[in-house]
Amino acid sequence: MSNLPIFDVAGSAMNAQSVRLSTIASNLANADSVSGNPDAVYRAKQPVFRAEGVPGDPSLSGVNVVEVRESDAAPLKRYEPGHPLADAQGYVYAPAVDPVAQMVDLISASRSYQANVEVFNSAKELAMATLNMGR
Amino acid sequence: MSDFLGIHGTALALREQRLQLLSANLANADTPGFQAQDLDFTSALQAALQPNAAVGDAIDGAAQGARYARASSQPSLDGNTVDGEREHALFAQAALEYRASLNFVESKVRTMLTAITGQ
Repeated sequence: MSNLPIFDVAGSAMNAQSVRLSTIASNLANADSVSGNPDAVYRAKQPVFRAEGVPGDPSLSGVNVVEVRESDAAPLKRYEPGHPLADAQGYVYAPAVDPVAQMVDLISASRSYQANVEVFNSAKELAMATLNMGR
Repeated sequence: MSDFLGIHGTALALREQRLQLLSANLANADTPGFQAQDLDFTSALQAALQPNAAVGDAIDGAAQGARYARASSQPSLDGNTVDGEREHALFAQAALEYRASLNFVESKVRTMLTAITGQ
């Protein structure tokens, strides 16, 4: 193995998946962050992935997080006049976060992360075996 | 020395190239529009063993030439053609094949070491 671009590939994927995991954590944590002003409500975030050549070998595709996009879904309007944050008409606004969809995304992201850790470990094992050749 | 290792040195390098491609597929399992790539090992090995090719470039060139986009068994909405489980299985198999090639090279090296040290 020459300059080991396989580690760059698996590493970039692990990084991208961990960005995805943290945006999901942020979305779930803020699912109940209500506000009296619809413009100030938390907006669900989602990372955008793109295949990109790795430094070790530009013809090989790693993953790059291009941007973390904020959802433009309208906040959910709820009539709760007793709520301390309610506006003059008695409405509060909750972010349009679907906890079930977020959980599905979370499982997918953690599975992908795991898969790349496995790739990383097998590549490391093979590289070590190659380095120890003849000993 | 490359003559001494015969086909196995080239095979080992090409198997590493295939592992790299499969790892890129697994890495991009969630990237929209990514096309799964694979390496046709037989044709890559044949190309790399052509007598008129230079040693270092032959392997890279052969690996580039034998690349192809693998079709997906089921279509996905975002145009990604990586099958997670299939990719996993192929990666495990490719790692095993790499080990097999490595064993061949290693036994050749051991033979040479025995010949040099005489023990």
